[in-house]
Amino acid sequence: MTSELIGSQGRSSHDGERLEAALVVEHLTKRFGDRVAYEDVSFEVGYGEVFGFLGPNGAGKTTTVRTLGTLIAPTSGSATVAGIPLRAENGPAIRARISIMPESPGLYLRLTVAENLECFARLYELRDVQDRIDRALQAVNLSDRANDLCGSLSKGLRQRVALARALLSGPEVLFLDEPTSGLDPVATRDVHDLLAALRERGVTIFLTTHRLEEAERLCHRVAILNTTLRLIGRPDELREQLFSRNLEVRTRSQLDEPGRVFNGLANVEGWEQSPSGAYVVNVSDPDAAAPGIARALVHANADILSIAESHHSLEDVYLELVDEDVEAKKP
Amino acid sequence: MSFSWTRVGAIFQKELRDYRRNRFVIYTMSLLPLVFIAAPMVQLFTIKVSSTSAKLDARIGLALLYMLILPAIIPSVLSAYSVVGEREQGTLEPILTTPIHSEEFLVGKALAALLPTLAVAYVIFGILLGAVAAFAHPGVASVIFERNHLLIQLLFTPLVAGWSIWAGIAISTRMSDVRAAQQLTVLASLPPVAIVALMNFNVITASLGLALGLAGALLLIDAMAWRFVAAMFDRERLVTGTRS
Repeated sequence: MTSELIGSQGRSSHDGERLEAALVVEHLTKRFGDRVAYEDVSFEVGYGEVFGFLGPNGAGKTTTVRTLGTLIAPTSGSATVAGIPLRAENGPAIRARISIMPESPGLYLRLTVAENLECFARLYELRDVQDRIDRALQAVNLSDRANDLCGSLSKGLRQRVALARALLSGPEVLFLDEPTSGLDPVATRDVHDLLAALRERGVTIFLTTHRLEEAERLCHRVAILNTTLRLIGRPDELREQLFSRNLEVRTRSQLDEPGRVFNGLANVEGWEQSPSGAYVVNVSDPDAAAPGIARALVHANADILSIAESHHSLEDVYLELVDEDVEAKKP
Repeated sequence: MSFSWTRVGAIFQKELRDYRRNRFVIYTMSLLPLVFIAAPMVQLFTIKVSSTSAKLDARIGLALLYMLILPAIIPSVLSAYSVVGEREQGTLEPILTTPIHSEEFLVGKALAALLPTLAVAYVIFGILLGAVAAFAHPGVASVIFERNHLLIQLLFTPLVAGWSIWAGIAISTRMSDVRAAQQLTVLASLPPVAIVALMNFNVITASLGLALGLAGALLLIDAMAWRFVAAMFDRERLVTGTRS
């Protein structure tokens, strides 16, 4: 159902040239007077990609979305959105090819769900308005609520209506700004399921969030913004870039001389004992290092409880970068 | 992308649907006209025909003035809310992310305020004329039914409403509080009413030429106001609160 809604993506420029990237952003900067919202931001998002845009509050995520959505003008830099250069005169043409779901659903509460969608379908000058509305509501499982006033819906349902509204025009790029902000766990799960379904169907999504598990689960690539772009890549790439790989070794009792056990083993680069008592061994290749470590432990008469690769989450990556920024700002 | 009446229609229809379910709008559109029909009737039915011509003109002028305050006041309430109200509700940003042009958004808003206003104002004026014809002293009725008075009412009702609407929308794009916007708009809607009042009170002799000239000038101002307000409509400022 969703694929039909999103099926109208034209992946070509104004001139009919085939494009590989849905978004191309080059050295984009936005300042409000002396205040820098974001600075020198460059990235590309391919068609069919789910791109996570992470960052703490005030990092410039929403301002970036508003800039790419032609609501605000960049101070410098350039961008191409759905094949169209980001310029004031191209605003209506760009907005016709994209959809933005702001953090707040912004529904007309005295209008029904269907009336809200009808208004937006006409703003996009869509044909077969009723058919579009029906399909958008089916995509978010809200067909039975079409005639309910939006004011009578829960926050989670309103978010789903806003998502249906964003899908209505079959956008080439779908911008979702904090789509699960303020939702309870059940409503959050519902929205995640919908986004996962859109991802499966190849929809290009630009997702801003500070829910890191959301980004890790849904996004092909993520960028971490803290006024400037700090890091960009696949979540696993970012983990590898920022953290060494570790094996966590647990033994029944403390080793007498752990240095003699771990130092000098093949593929072992260092070790430390964690506060919990486990040994965290830095390794270049966990699969190659683990057998040697096991043999060394047996040789030292240690009772091994477990040897496991310890995984860093995207949250670890994020916190590491944000902490670095906080440290850097200290006088 | 050129000007689209489909998008104007989408805004217009959405506004009318919203008015229909908005108690404040319903009360305003129903109670204000009651006041504005009662007051002139009291003026007209209590006139002593033996009064001097000047006194007679003043009472009739005052009664007819009420008929032109109505199309100034009603749309000012609606238009002052039009942008700042959407901003307060968080509905403005989603609308501005669609392909709609500022001009289309503004025309949709203006028409949604104008058409109900005209309907209410003309119906109320019709009721007044019917009551005067049926119950007022023939001497009073003959003055009310003078061609110039009728022309002034029919011609100036949409023009006064137009002024009030554009003033309201202009103020609404620049304010961050609905109530303040409404108060300012009511004040801003009064100048054209004052000019028409001078004609109703015969301070300015309301010749056909003068009425048509003033109407033409007001029409020109209304048309220019649309472009002026569209130029004032700064998406960045409306979304972020910061000037672009």
